[in-house]
Amino acid sequence: MVTESRPSEARAVGLRDTAEPGRAAPPPPRTRGGSRALRRTYSSLFYLPAGIIYTVIFVVPTVMSFYFAFTRWTLFDAKFTGLDNFRQFFSEQALRSGLWHTVVYAVVTSGLKVVLGMLLAVLLTSSIRIRGLLRSLVFFPVLVSTVAVGITFSVLLAPDTGLVDTVLSWVGISGPDWLGNANTALISVALVDVWKGVGLATVIYIAGVLSIPQDYYEAVDVDGGGAWQKFRNVTLPLSRPATFTVILLSFIGGLRSFDLIWTMTKGGPGFSSDVIASVIYKEYQAGFFGLATAGNVILFILVTVIVYPLFRYFNSKEVDL
Amino acid sequence: MRGVRRLSLEIAAVVVGLALFVIPFVFMFLTAVKTVDQSLDLTFSWPTSWPIVQNLKDVFSARDFMLVTAFKNSIILTVVSVAVIVVLCAMVGFVIQRRPGPLANVANLLVLSGLIIPPAIVPTIWVLQNLGLFKTLPGLILVEIAFGMSFSVLLFRAFVAAIPRELDEAAIIDGASAFTLFFRVVFPLLRPVTITVILTQSVFIFNDFVNPLYFLPGDENATVQLTLFNFQSQFSTQYNLLFMNIILVTIPPLILFIFFNRKIVSGLTAGAVKG
Repeated sequence: MVTESRPSEARAVGLRDTAEPGRAAPPPPRTRGGSRALRRTYSSLFYLPAGIIYTVIFVVPTVMSFYFAFTRWTLFDAKFTGLDNFRQFFSEQALRSGLWHTVVYAVVTSGLKVVLGMLLAVLLTSSIRIRGLLRSLVFFPVLVSTVAVGITFSVLLAPDTGLVDTVLSWVGISGPDWLGNANTALISVALVDVWKGVGLATVIYIAGVLSIPQDYYEAVDVDGGGAWQKFRNVTLPLSRPATFTVILLSFIGGLRSFDLIWTMTKGGPGFSSDVIASVIYKEYQAGFFGLATAGNVILFILVTVIVYPLFRYFNSKEVDL
Repeated sequence: MRGVRRLSLEIAAVVVGLALFVIPFVFMFLTAVKTVDQSLDLTFSWPTSWPIVQNLKDVFSARDFMLVTAFKNSIILTVVSVAVIVVLCAMVGFVIQRRPGPLANVANLLVLSGLIIPPAIVPTIWVLQNLGLFKTLPGLILVEIAFGMSFSVLLFRAFVAAIPRELDEAAIIDGASAFTLFFRVVFPLLRPVTITVILTQSVFIFNDFVNPLYFLPGDENATVQLTLFNFQSQFSTQYNLLFMNIILVTIPPLILFIFFNRKIVSGLTAGAVKG
């Protein structure tokens, strides 16, 4: 009985936990007078202005997208065409590959952000000199405009004369045309994305690592373990909440990503670095509003299908920690 | 022996860190201050002459002082959106935390959806078109407000939880109305998190490229990110000016970073962990 009820309870608590960190405050008395006073003090009117803007600009378009995705649409009139848009999305090679690229991009960027963010956090919480400066350096790109980063790196990654290829040639490697080659374009943009975003993963990990009590490390010392044991048996398992956060954030960001790809390759060469978001923009520009909206719905489903289970899973795990 | 190994490891880490994270910025700066001719080959080299002031003048006056308009638009966009976000989200964060119930559950669900769901772009354009706000600055401001809400509400909600309820009760007993309580008593206490929200949202909105691209397109009346993007395709031979433009766009976040580094980092990690 008890063991059976635990998982569902854990999940409920987990969801509650992220939903309302304010649960620590005692619930107000449930008498009639109390709840009326409550209603007057914590008036629902506080929701109103934000609610109106959010509903009109975010909720309504999201709901309506499930209608417009099934139409041929000119913004002024919409003709219902059933599943045509979706059929087109999955039958055209250029569009279908965008779906695959989106997943690859999200997996590569979030995987690298997890690994590199973790390593950088361990390095930058150790007693290394000038770690304050290094932390700042790693974090600063997070705040720089994506367009600026994109333009700069397309120049740095230029074939032969670009700085990256120049440095590679010193050690005898002739670097590829990173952005001009269909095989490397998507990965190159993903690597620049990691360069720009790893700082955020790092500071999240640093917060996680710093919250680990020193006792655990001392226990490893007592047992005669070295730095590797400390990392493997203390840091790694105990920074799991940070890992979940980094994975979730970079997955959500990676699946939607548009600006860096659009600045660096515009989805090219050919369609080799097109992702759903860039396909949506191209269809929109070409005037295929229904098709663009279908792309939005597909992205919505993809994000929900991948992120929601992760979210539930992470929440249920966090209780076990 | 251990010390030597440690030191060399440290030096290696520092050198790699500098190479990866400083050189791109040095490259931006060096290219921005070169002459047109020298900037053309786009190599990493020392400028032969330093026409900094001339390049600055040129980049501002290029295309009929478009950059000046763009900066004006970006500043209006950022300031107005952030101001509205702060007031509205503080209000929501307050009731959502103080009064659990069905309404708060719906609100919490909407906040989470806002973090996860990618906005439906063309339907948003359709809504703005019907309101007569498509391709206008007020329309874009509304979009930035709506898309920035979830993150800000999360930050405010977490902070409100740390303010004792007894304070509300005392104010109510003293005869304060709901709005006096919030604006006179609670809101001033939210100052630390308000600053965090202002900093993070300013950087997000100032740097935003996607929403201006869709909702305030064009060249004449654009934001700085959009003019920078267009500059890339239209003036592909004046790389010194292109990079001067990049430097100018990077300076505002750099200033915030220098003064509020800790605050920004703690805001982003707190918001991230809560979400």
